[in-house]
Amino acid sequence: MALRSNRLLLSLDEWEAVRLTLVVAARAVGFGLPVAILMAWVLTRYRFVGRPVLNALVHLPMVLPPVVTGWLLLILFGVRGPIGILLHDWFGIRLVFTTAGATLACAVMTFPIMVRSVRLSLEAVDGGLEQAARTLGAGWFDRLINITLPLASPGILVGAIVAYATCLGEFGAVITFAASIPGQTQTLPLAIYAALQVPGGEAKAAELSMVSLTLALAGLLLSEWIGRRLNTVLGR
Amino acid sequence: MSISVTLRHRFPAIRMDIAFEVASPGVTVLFGPSGSGKSTIINAAAGLLRPDIGVIEIDGRVLADTRSGVWLPPERRRAGMVFQDSRLFPHMSVATNLRFGMRRVAPGAIHFDDVVSLLGIGALLDRRPHTLSGGERQRVAIGRALLAQPRLLLMDEPLASLDAARKAEILPYLTRLKTALKLPILYVTHAMDEAAQLADSMVLLDAGQVVAFGPVSEVASRADLALARRDDAGAVVICAVVENDVGRTLTRLQGGGATFWVPLLDLPVGAACRIRVPAREVILASRPPDAISLHNIVPGIVRRIAEDSVRRSVVVEIGLPEGGLLSRVTPDAVVRLGLSPGSPVLALIKSTSIEVL
Repeated sequence: MALRSNRLLLSLDEWEAVRLTLVVAARAVGFGLPVAILMAWVLTRYRFVGRPVLNALVHLPMVLPPVVTGWLLLILFGVRGPIGILLHDWFGIRLVFTTAGATLACAVMTFPIMVRSVRLSLEAVDGGLEQAARTLGAGWFDRLINITLPLASPGILVGAIVAYATCLGEFGAVITFAASIPGQTQTLPLAIYAALQVPGGEAKAAELSMVSLTLALAGLLLSEWIGRRLNTVLGR
Repeated sequence: MSISVTLRHRFPAIRMDIAFEVASPGVTVLFGPSGSGKSTIINAAAGLLRPDIGVIEIDGRVLADTRSGVWLPPERRRAGMVFQDSRLFPHMSVATNLRFGMRRVAPGAIHFDDVVSLLGIGALLDRRPHTLSGGERQRVAIGRALLAQPRLLLMDEPLASLDAARKAEILPYLTRLKTALKLPILYVTHAMDEAAQLADSMVLLDAGQVVAFGPVSEVASRADLALARRDDAGAVVICAVVENDVGRTLTRLQGGGATFWVPLLDLPVGAACRIRVPAREVILASRPPDAISLHNIVPGIVRRIAEDSVRRSVVVEIGLPEGGLLSRVTPDAVVRLGLSPGSPVLALIKSTSIEVL
């Protein structure tokens, strides 16, 4: 029943854009978050020579124009890019102009957001509790899984949700690296942009914009609520 | 069996140079002012702080020997640690906290139900740490450390963050624990009452150095230590109940090679107990007085006389056959009685002045 009324609201290809956007964002966060946790862990717990450079590299997508990030991705992961060639030769993976490419662009763009919030929450974990766990026989991985990550989980989850919401609106890097192919790489913002290019597409753009707004708002409210809930559970 | 610690470490503000050896099992109290190095020793024993040079041996097991490069990480030391701030895991229930260490070792002699009843925490098992009082938190922390089946128990000022009432609530548990477990325990404190009640051995520390170490009955009755110049200075004597005189409502104790009468105790004959005799409650005499209310006239030999210019008094150390007593008197009293090291003397102590711990 609900589905039918929804179909009245949006056309099938519009739903396709929404579905694609949600899938791309989910994959970007799903693949990006573990790497971001690892990166944040390394950046908070270890002092090494290349640390400032690594830190700067991680945060680069945040300050670069997204188009530049997209272009750099093209150079690295493009069909003739050094990593692109390896991926194609070894695994037969092509990223440019594919859903996977859109995912990669989103993941790279939101990586700094995730690393930042994971890092802040890792730094807020009381080192004394990790020491206590050590004296109780817990090795480093044991401590990471059972003490550090659970205690940092509010920040990690909030970071993931904010990153997810940001992915829904990612434009510059995606269109540069993955282009705007309906059903494959045309996420919501790209679809809105495409609609605006067509005479009489304003209505479609408005509909998609409303969806975009709703999703973004829901994401922010959810992150707020989860953060509060987890902090209550953790007794803060 | 023994605990042997040697460590040297240079901090920006202080240089530590520590060496002591005390008997095990039993409670060894590391006693001294803040910054004297107590916590450094306990952290090194736990493996949380790596000293520049250090050898730590517990009952023949080498936990650390920096000369030969031995350094067991904390997670492999089996050293249960109780921190001043409890450090319970906030995202776990009390029961899960208690089982944290237990689940990570082979089953041992210390059982969950025994620890829970020994510490009286049965009603707290489903609670979250942040809903507990300070005293309850520390009891859970002690339980958690014990259930990890430690071979060494480390307690870093476990009662320091508690008010007097909470402290009084926990001390009996610690005393029970001490007798129930045959474990070496290192206990850091700067509170005299905890030391007097719990210590079998004492290590006195000041500014990163060991001032004295040995059995509590010896260390607490030495007039030459700063300990004897404290307001609450007093000898500790390990005693056994010899007789309960219900008619006179008195109990006779034997300890340190002397006899002490105290108000009737609730202990059976043969039971062990310890008493503290505050230095300012001990009167000295050269002849036994007659027609006097006090019950304890303890003969001894003057071992040391130490001046305390701050309080315009002297502390006299009276040697008993085993251990000794302290008495704080005026310099004038020493002159009038003609006391010097080696002179025989009588220590007069009211039975009600003796603290039975």
